[in-house]
Amino acid sequence: MHAEIKAAGAVRRINFAQLASMREAGLIVIILALCIAMSFASPHFLTWGNFRAMLMSFSIEGIVVVGMTILLIVGGIDLSVGSVVCFSMVVSGALFLAGLDPWTASLIGIGVSALIGAAMGFFVTVIGLNHFITSLAAMVIVRGMCLVVTKGTPLSLFTLPPAFKAIGQGSFNNIPYVILIFVVVVAIFDFLLRRATAFRKVFYTGSNEKAAQFSGIRTNQVKFWVTVLCSTLAGLAGVIYMARFGAATPTFGAGMELNIIAAAVIGGASLNGGSGTIFGAILGMALLSVVTSSLILLDISVYWQDMIKGCILLAAVSIDHFLHRKKS
Amino acid sequence: MTQAPILEIRGLSKAFGAVKALSDVQFELRRGEIHALCGENGAGKSTLMNMIAGVLQPDEGDILIDGERVSIHSPAAAQRLGIALVHQEIALCQDATVAENIYMAAINSRRAPLMNFQKLYADAQKVMDLLAPIPVRTRVADLSISNQQLVEIAKALTLDCKVLMLDEPTAALTESEAQRLFSIVRGLRDRGISVIYISHRMAEIFSLCDRVTVFRDGRYVATDPIAAVSPDDVVRKMVGREITQLYPDKLAPQEPGRLLLSVEGLCDGRRFADVDLQLRAGEILGIGGLIGAGRSEIAQTVCGLRPMTAGTVALDGKQLRLRGYGDAVKAGLVYLSEDRKGSGVFLDLPIAANISALDLSRLTGPLGLLDRKAEDRQARELTGRLGVRMAGTDAAVSTLSGGNQQKVAIARQLSVDPKVIIMDEPTRGIDVGAKVEIHRLLRQLAGSGVGVVVISSELPELIGLCDRVLVVREGRIAGELTAGELGEEAIIMLASGVQDSSTQRQAHNVA
Ligand SMILES: Nc1ncnc2c1ncn2[C@@H]1O[C@H](COP(=O)(O)OP(=O)(O)OP(=O)(O)O)[C@@H](O)[C@H]1O
Ligand SMILES: [Mg+2]
Repeated sequence: MHAEIKAAGAVRRINFAQLASMREAGLIVIILALCIAMSFASPHFLTWGNFRAMLMSFSIEGIVVVGMTILLIVGGIDLSVGSVVCFSMVVSGALFLAGLDPWTASLIGIGVSALIGAAMGFFVTVIGLNHFITSLAAMVIVRGMCLVVTKGTPLSLFTLPPAFKAIGQGSFNNIPYVILIFVVVVAIFDFLLRRATAFRKVFYTGSNEKAAQFSGIRTNQVKFWVTVLCSTLAGLAGVIYMARFGAATPTFGAGMELNIIAAAVIGGASLNGGSGTIFGAILGMALLSVVTSSLILLDISVYWQDMIKGCILLAAVSIDHFLHRKKS
Repeated sequence: MTQAPILEIRGLSKAFGAVKALSDVQFELRRGEIHALCGENGAGKSTLMNMIAGVLQPDEGDILIDGERVSIHSPAAAQRLGIALVHQEIALCQDATVAENIYMAAINSRRAPLMNFQKLYADAQKVMDLLAPIPVRTRVADLSISNQQLVEIAKALTLDCKVLMLDEPTAALTESEAQRLFSIVRGLRDRGISVIYISHRMAEIFSLCDRVTVFRDGRYVATDPIAAVSPDDVVRKMVGREITQLYPDKLAPQEPGRLLLSVEGLCDGRRFADVDLQLRAGEILGIGGLIGAGRSEIAQTVCGLRPMTAGTVALDGKQLRLRGYGDAVKAGLVYLSEDRKGSGVFLDLPIAANISALDLSRLTGPLGLLDRKAEDRQARELTGRLGVRMAGTDAAVSTLSGGNQQKVAIARQLSVDPKVIIMDEPTRGIDVGAKVEIHRLLRQLAGSGVGVVVISSELPELIGLCDRVLVVREGRIAGELTAGELGEEAIIMLASGVQDSSTQRQAHNVA
């Protein structure tokens, strides 16, 4: 009898613990399949140049995805990331133009982003609004602030010193710094999320906030700091974009939040909180990026691209829903 | 007895992944009987109910209604067949009012586009009043767990059903509400409705039911008329062994040691006032009282889970200044919530993570990293001690039976080696055998110098387990009963404020 339960346990364990990794494996298969199909369809697809471009394009957004995933796990959401990316970029750019050295200017840009996160965290935890509404308001307000700072015109930053521009444009042994930074950020947070005690509290809070409180966890603190973290990472992405483009446009990043939330959700983060992995979210991002790149190479009109991406999101979420229903 | 039974189960099996919840079980429900279903935690009782109610689908076997095979593919289909289920776990819409919840099913099947809310409220109140005077315009989220349980029952009463299934309906109720429920159920039986009744309380089963069926390890064991068996027989069939001593020995008089927990003049400005409480090492202190008397609120305030407006709490001689529950846990004062699903467990998270949640610091290395091996070891040790029936420590808690979820919640409190442990309905939903083990464990803890406070609505538990019982009435300590004075009558009298015991009994019978 006991042996029977034990044996049964072994099988079930695979079911539960590997549900997440099953999804990740599934995503990898889909991405590989797409890549192989595309390599037949377009000679340009399987070139280092194209791959580099794809990696570059999702590396910086990937940093934002990391923060968003953790925020989704705690049960929140942040619609303001696109605006915050832009604001960080615009503030740093303006400070640089005002005579500050670009490194200090960037740190201030990131700091200001963290403050925006703290303000949102305040409204969520102290005033008691939800993340959706708070960040929706922040999205609009911060976008307005971008326009105010720049008076609506793009800042041209071609005078940025080469050492700074290298962050966005240079490479180390033919690997762009952008990609290196991305890999480091992902590796650190993926590890922390799986292993660090502090991040375990994120899962408790997202899974059942009341039970977390009844376990002595200060859930408001957890939610506050995760909100700050998400905005801070968006700020970091903003200054890297600035180094990459050598310009700061006040309309940059509009609509970015949707792409980012989509990536995290395709990668398995639940909008109800309590589950999600960074690796999965990055795979979600990669999938969207491969699709975009394919659509461009196949010369499909931009009008179709959003539609197709939306359908992929819908498919991913439906599959997830189905899997979860089966599980219970 | 030529008439076919109203409900019959034949050769039914159900597996979740590789866990066999039910194998080849049978069951027969006659018209107009109250049929008890007994079994240990994880025996498969709720799984069977869920299949009859269309929530789950059997892998094999037949369900027959009035002698005809039916397939019940959804809860709506079950409702059409006249089957109603009161779930073990509360499944109400927290943001809707009591009335809306009670008539959820009816609202759902209505064709008319507009609701007559006045009528809805009036009708709902009528049903609700049968059980307890809960105002039906209240939001469910604002009700205590026991009141939510009553709403859940009221909801089933409005359905025009032939078969009513009650899955541990009294687990969250006190004696008097339970008595009201029983008279309602008897009334239903007299109108020809058949009832399946699941409970771990033998006394209830023997006073209410006509026949009893026992399951063990997902298998059918036996069905007997209640008159032909004794509680001990049923327990033996359930557990597979004899249980000789239901409650561990109490403390010898005059034995309690030093003062562990001392609460003086505690008020929260709302639910209770002027609460004094003393707990000495070695003793188990019980807290009794009616639902809504404020027992849980007092305990939660002592632990820093709710704000206090006046009073002091001292642990082991040191005055506590709690900024939150986290501080209480650090000081060694822990609280087990009565609301298992709402604030007790993390349903989607693994068992191991559930157990470690209370104090992660003891599993954290110098770099702030969690020692997953130690976490797993701790989970295996505690679940082993409490006899949790599970697939593995990394299975989600949602895959456990109700009683086993409760054991996981208890395991979490034990994981931190507390100085004082306050347990709110600790054995809610736990089977007879496991209950004996848990009581023995609590006695052991007390013996080793841990202060144990048990809040319970189950009078036999208060009387059998505790050395001393405080009774709370309307937010105040109504009195204290020492081991010698303990008795159901005495507790009920203090709890209800009725002095004369005959009036008290009358109150019960009227209900
Ligand atoms: N969704 C699920 N996934 C996996 N296993 C499950 C699931 N639901 C139930 N089980 C398993 O099926 C078995 C029977 O569970 P069930 O809930 O029917 O027990 P029960 O008799 O109602 O117990 P209790 O008295 O504790 O409520 C248990 O071993 C449980 O772990
Ligand atoms: Mg059950």
